[in-house]
Amino acid sequence: MTVATVTDWTRVRPQPSWLARLFDHKPFLVFACLLPACGLLLVFLTYPLGLGIWLAFTDTKIGRAGEWVGFENFEYLMTDPQFWSAVFFSVFYTAVATFGKFGLGLWLALLLNNHLPFKSLLRAIILLPWIVPTVLSAIAFWWIYDPQFSILSYLAVDVLHLRDKYFDFLSTTWPARWSLVAANIWRGIPFVAISLLAGLQTISPSLYEAALLDGSTGWQRFRYITFPLLLPILAIVMTFSIIFTFTDFQLVYAITRGGPINSTHLMATLAFQRGISGGELGEGSAIAVSMIPFLIFATLFSYFALARRKWQQGEAND
Amino acid sequence: MTDVPAGGGSTNTASAVPEKLAWDSRARRVVTIYVPLACFVVILLFPFYWMAVTAFKPDNELYDYKHYNPFLIGSPTLGHIKHLLFETHYPQWLMTTMWIAFAATAVSLFASVLAAYAIQRLRFRGSQYVGLAIYLAYLVPPTILFIPLATTIYQFGLFDSPFALILTYPTFLVPFCTWLLIGYFKSIPYELEECALIDGATRLQILRRITLPLAVPGLISAGIFSFTLSWNEFVYALAFIQSSEKKTVPVAILTELVSGDVYQWGALMAGSLLGSLPVAIFYSFFVDYYVSSLTGAVKE
Repeated sequence: MTVATVTDWTRVRPQPSWLARLFDHKPFLVFACLLPACGLLLVFLTYPLGLGIWLAFTDTKIGRAGEWVGFENFEYLMTDPQFWSAVFFSVFYTAVATFGKFGLGLWLALLLNNHLPFKSLLRAIILLPWIVPTVLSAIAFWWIYDPQFSILSYLAVDVLHLRDKYFDFLSTTWPARWSLVAANIWRGIPFVAISLLAGLQTISPSLYEAALLDGSTGWQRFRYITFPLLLPILAIVMTFSIIFTFTDFQLVYAITRGGPINSTHLMATLAFQRGISGGELGEGSAIAVSMIPFLIFATLFSYFALARRKWQQGEAND
Repeated sequence: MTDVPAGGGSTNTASAVPEKLAWDSRARRVVTIYVPLACFVVILLFPFYWMAVTAFKPDNELYDYKHYNPFLIGSPTLGHIKHLLFETHYPQWLMTTMWIAFAATAVSLFASVLAAYAIQRLRFRGSQYVGLAIYLAYLVPPTILFIPLATTIYQFGLFDSPFALILTYPTFLVPFCTWLLIGYFKSIPYELEECALIDGATRLQILRRITLPLAVPGLISAGIFSFTLSWNEFVYALAFIQSSEKKTVPVAILTELVSGDVYQWGALMAGSLLGSLPVAIFYSFFVDYYVSSLTGAVKE
């Protein structure tokens, strides 16, 4: 190494070419570095986002350019019971699934935060539902929910004798809705648990020791130490979870395709059905655009939750 | 159900001894930690077990719970997998998915490394706002974009081509990878780069010779995350690809293997199992990187 550097130093350094000089010019370098990322995002994210909002105000169909129709699409949707059913189910699905995921995920994270044998192996196994393509595990759930050969029905009826009729998971409205929520919770638990576990591990053990000396109960330690210190991470994870549950598509599309009688459509699957399968691009975009206010609300929720934390800790900078 | 009497018994004995001993008692630990944990693991893994059992069961056992125990396989068969590999386009779907996932990962990593370097190290005016904008891009879910994106893709003449997916997947991969890499670059001491600057290295040389080699763990995390996300992507692949042989595995299984009213559950489960295995294997080699990227991104 040293020999090589010595010879490098003695050699006359060649004057850098204009290209090298250009790439060492900072404003140009900044531009060149940001170009691929920003270019991709502008062309395939910002532009379609704007285009989608514009399409929502037109009557575009597949293969036919549309004309501006103002709020006609939205006025039509307002009177469409199927749209309102999708809005209701999206909110219901998000609320119940988020509640379930966070309740069970937090419990799992607290369990994993103990001293356990094979902890890293356990963590790897628990993340599996999150790694495997959602559609493929959804197909497995579809098979588990089969009306004739459901393994859950078999367990309940033939093994445990809890009931005498097989479950009817997917062919009536409410059981179908609850089945989808259950599948979503199953898939969401690992992400919540592993993220919260990371948050738990940053909490200093000395706080718990101090609380133990003060004679606190287990619930008090959770309520006054664990929970407040976990709140910032909880807020972020919850924002992500809410956004991606609300705009979920795969589970519903794979398990029920919106049925029975369109009662399990989420806004995203309804947009797909109207926009791509039905060819009504304008109307589909209007449904998709109607999701935006909900998403902005969820984002603001997390932003203010975080801002409150920072203000409490008295930190001016990051 | 069978755990309840055992659990009740052990808590009773535990409450008989003084409070302090009770806390550390083995029985209590079993009931409060190991039993729930075991339930979680069983429930989280059961669908995969069921998938695997179904994939290797012959048809006569599959639909007959009276004579065969459904949880076990009487005489395992490779029939479903053979059907999948030799009578459908499955191998082709696997290859397409693999190539799209690798290409999309490569494109996203390239773009995010440069962007993260510019934002974190070149420190131009307004770099924070560019970082924030990229972060916000991550909050735009694919399901509000796919309809206008479909028209955009059509305008560019990319419809029904793998490039439609390779170019659109970075829209959700780049924001994530950029944020992950910004975090990694932050942890590399700036003094190293200053030394190199004094020695007369150009900025690009610094990126290539100093920053990137030190950020390899971050690159691996970002790469794995991108790969699994692209492998799992569904909405874009469903909307932008039409011809059967160009579909990705998740879409193809759902649209090509499900035909008519009689579902071939054996083949469906075999397809799901084979489609999950590559990501699962890939992931198992890099679990720690994956977990660190997941939690790192959340902590940022």
